[in-house]
Formats: sequence, structure tokens, C-alpha cells
Amino acid sequence: MGSLAAASSAFAHSPQAGPWRRAARKLWRNKVAVAGLCTVVFFVLLALFAPWIAPYDPLAASWSAIRKAPSSAHWFGTDELGRDVLSRVIWGTRASLLAGVVSVAISLVLGVFIGMIAGFVGGVVDGLISRITDAFLACPFLILAIALAAFLGPSLTNAMIAIGVSAAPIFVRLTRAQVINVKVEDYIEAARAVGCSPLRIAVSHLLPNITAPVIVQSTLAIAAAVIAEASLSFLGLGQQPPAPSWGSMLNTAKNFMDNAPWMAIWPGLAIFLLVLAFNLLGDGLRDALDPRHR
Amino acid sequence: MFAFFIRRLVTLVPTLLFVSMLIFGLQHLLPGDPAQMMAGEDQDPAVIAHLREKLHLDRSLPVQYGYWMAGVLRGDLGESVRTQLPVLDLILQKLPVTVELAMLSMLIALVISIPAGVISAVRPGSLWDHGATVFALSGLSMPNFWLGIMMILLFSVQLGWLPASGYVSPFEDLGANLASMIMPAFVLGTGISAVLMRHTRSSMLQVLSADYVRTARAKGLSEPVVVLKHALRNALTPVITLGALELGTLLSGAVLTEQVFTIPGFGKLIIDAVFNRDYAVVQGVVLVTATAYTLLNLMADMAYFVFNPRLRH
Repeated sequence: MGSLAAASSAFAHSPQAGPWRRAARKLWRNKVAVAGLCTVVFFVLLALFAPWIAPYDPLAASWSAIRKAPSSAHWFGTDELGRDVLSRVIWGTRASLLAGVVSVAISLVLGVFIGMIAGFVGGVVDGLISRITDAFLACPFLILAIALAAFLGPSLTNAMIAIGVSAAPIFVRLTRAQVINVKVEDYIEAARAVGCSPLRIAVSHLLPNITAPVIVQSTLAIAAAVIAEASLSFLGLGQQPPAPSWGSMLNTAKNFMDNAPWMAIWPGLAIFLLVLAFNLLGDGLRDALDPRHR
Repeated sequence: MFAFFIRRLVTLVPTLLFVSMLIFGLQHLLPGDPAQMMAGEDQDPAVIAHLREKLHLDRSLPVQYGYWMAGVLRGDLGESVRTQLPVLDLILQKLPVTVELAMLSMLIALVISIPAGVISAVRPGSLWDHGATVFALSGLSMPNFWLGIMMILLFSVQLGWLPASGYVSPFEDLGANLASMIMPAFVLGTGISAVLMRHTRSSMLQVLSADYVRTARAKGLSEPVVVLKHALRNALTPVITLGALELGTLLSGAVLTEQVFTIPGFGKLIIDAVFNRDYAVVQGVVLVTATAYTLLNLMADMAYFVFNPRLRH
């Protein structure tokens, strides 16, 4: 413990700390952001170790335990098929985190790639990409995701694709704006002068310099994606029953509010805590990585 | 002003053109023959043949788009395969319910966010300010459909004060209408109020440190006059225009809220259409929403231009 504190202190006071270290130090000092990070880590561990942590099989129905109130045997109560709500909430973490991470990865790959082309190439290509991006942004995010999920068919995979594609235009716009700012810097001009290929300039010089705002946006986008997946599952367009997902659990729970309110409380609370954690972490990262906040 | 409006209007044309291509392209995401998929489970050969002819599916993609777009420009968004009614009629039938919900939600959002944002800015770092920040973050992180379910649990199931679901037209019974709309409007308004409160706070903080506010204080004006008359009036300009942009969020949120409270609006129309595989209705709703959202953006820009004299010069 002592050596950890010493290492942390040395890390915090290193005079030659680079920008990433300075940002990490600033993030570490932000108690609220650290609380967000710890909550995210908690949910990640829940998702990874769900088979060992969950007290029951999330799919095992028990006709003798239908809609039982929270008790020592079932801390969060049971659902309409006698399944343990706590176990389903724990396993549901997997669907939510997977949807959050995979759909943002889709947005990132698409958005950063297309945004870099638009910003770097410019001209007609930029004009065309910008107009297409505007068209995507003209459709409210969830409505576009619902339409895409509807046409692709209801499943968790399609929901992730729908969310990823719907959120990609934000990354296109962000990346394009960053690239336009960075590409006029002297070091890019120098790289061009020494004969670097456009691909090398993009990958080795532009990409590392636009990473910070993209990381911040990704964290906030995961929060939005978790809510979007829960929304699509709530509407029946995401994870399909009987597989556990917080959104689909709420969809079922709304039919049993009179006699089993606990079915609605826990999955919603889990969504709220995970999204709040990502929002707090995203805000902290923005404060730490944005030079205007230093 | 007029030139700005025309310039802005011209930029809308390619955007709306790409929107229409995007929405037209949706039907080609369907696996297999779009006509068969759109015909639904019955697979009635007459319906499939009618759809194939109506959508010109035997022609090339650009020609199909041309026919579809020509129809859209005439106000023909297609026909519902379930009800056989024109999609535009269905949308116009449901739209007033969602517009009422959106207006009430925006009213609630403004009533919560502006006073909360002003007090937070006037007393930065105070307990109230911290409380308002927590409220804003919670509002942004809470899924509105869950908040809806929790409110039904409290106000309908436990207390029995408000109806859990259903809709009564204001022309039939205004009291019953408000009773059925107050919870959904509050649920939708909370998320928006979180965003607007943050912006009111930052906008007020900026204005309160301006020279003319210091001058107003130096003249000996009372604090309420300085805050409400001199600062708030200027701080509200970006907040009001942002409010117009948030109407897009309201339309998205309405889909979920209408589902929770069983309100027969625009959002419920798209979800019912999704499960009935009524793809023409889905396309129509997305097209109308995107067009409305784009026009609202234009109006927000115009409002900002009108309210901000510095832009005019």
C-alpha cells in the first residue's frame, strides 16, 4: 500500500510528465470522475464474472417462486416466470456494456475514417461527406436507430449496428473539425516536405493529435449507447427474450407494476448508475484532456 | 436578414435530398424481396404484385427513387399495408397528440430549467448550485421510460392520483386530458430541463460578468432588477434557440414515453408500424420527423439571428 502511494506520488509530481500523464494526474484528482471510473470498473467486473457472481441461472424459471418480493433467498425478488431478478440484472450488464462498447466501436471506426477523409482531402469530397453527415444528423438519433433496427430485424447485434451507424455522424463531424485544425500545423507541413505519404501523415501525425477529443466523445457516446440499447430492448427491437437485458426486463416489468414493482426498480437503477458513471467519467476526461480547462 | 435566410434555406436542399435518399435506402436493407417483406406475414400474391408495381421494383434503383421522390413531393408517402390508409393521413391524425405532449414537456422544462439555472449562476458554488448540477446529471443519465414507470408506480399504483395510461382529447374533457398528459410531459420535460438548466447557468455566468451588468449594479439598481431585467434577457437568447433544437430530442423521447403511457401519438404509430412490418409508415414517420427537425433547426438559427443584434451587423 505504501509503495503504491509512493509510486502515485512520484507519478503525480514528475516534472517531465507528458500531456497524457498530466491528464491522468488531473483525472485522478477529480473525485467525481474517479467515482465514475470505479463504478464503470465495478460493472465491467460484474459482466466478466457474471457466471460466478450471479446466485442463480438467469434463465431458470421456477413455478414455485413466481413474482416473489425481495427476500434473503432472492435479494431483488423474482419475475413473472420465477427467475431471480438479481441474477438477470447481473447478466444483463453484459448486454448493456457489450452494446455500449461495440456500437461506439462501430461509430468510431466509421466516423474517424470518414471524418479524416473529409478533413484531409477537402474540396468536393468534404462537401459530399458533410451533406451526407447533415442528412444523418437531421434524423433524431433514436428514431433513426429504431428505423434501422426495424428494417434490419430485431436482435442485439442489429441494435448495436443501428446504434453504431446512427451515432457515427457525430464522430465524422468531430474528426473532420479536428483534422481541419491540425492539418495546417507546421509539423504536418514538415512531414509533407520530407516526403511522407498522405496515409503515413494521416496515421502517424494526424491521428495521434486528434485522439483526446475522440476519447472524450467516445466515453459520452457509450453512455448514450447504453441508454439507446436499453430503449431498443424496451421497445422489443434489441436483445430478445429470454436472454437477460435491462431494457427488455423493464418492458416485461411494466405489465406487472401492480403486484411486482421490484421487477421495474432494479434494471432501471442499473441503467441509471452505469450511464451516470460514464457521464461523470466523460466530464472528468473532458476537463483533464481539454487544454482550455487546464 | 433576408439574404441570410435564403442562404440558409438553400443549404437545406441538399441535406433534405440526402435525407430522402437515406430513408428510401432503408427499404433495401430488408433481407430478400422488399415487396414480399412489406406484404407482411399473409404473403398475399395480390398484395405483393400491387407493391411490386407501386414501388416499381422491376426498375433500376435511381428510377425507383425518382418515382418515390415524385410521390413524396406530391404529398404521397405511400399506403399503410395494414390499414390501407395513406401514410400522410395517419401521420396527420397522430401528430396533434405528440405536438401537445411536446409543447407541455417544453413548458415544464422551461419552468424548471430557467429559474434553477438562474439561481445556480447567481450563487455559484452554493448548496443550491451543487444540487442543481446533481439534478442536471441525473436528468441526463436517467432513461425516461424508467422514470415514467417509476412515476406510474408512485402516482397511479401507490397513490391513485393520476391515470397510468390512456389519452383523452382536450376537446372532450380538458381536465382529463391534462391528468393523462401531466406525467408523460413531466417525464419528457425532465431530460430537456437538465440540458437547458446547464446552458442557462453557463449563459448567465457569462452575462453576469459583463461590463454592462457591472454598470447596472454601479448605478445602484437592485439585484433582482439587475439579474432579471439586464442579465436574464440577454442570457436567454442562446437558451431559447437551444430549446428549439431540443424539440428533436422530444420527438425521440416521445416514442418511448408514448409507449410507456399508451398515448396514441406519433411515437406509438412508428412502433406499431415496426411490429406490423408496415414499412411505408416507418419511412413516412422518419421522413416527416427529419424534415420537421431540419426546419426547426432553421427556425432556431433565424431566432438566434433575430434576437442577437451583433449578428445582424
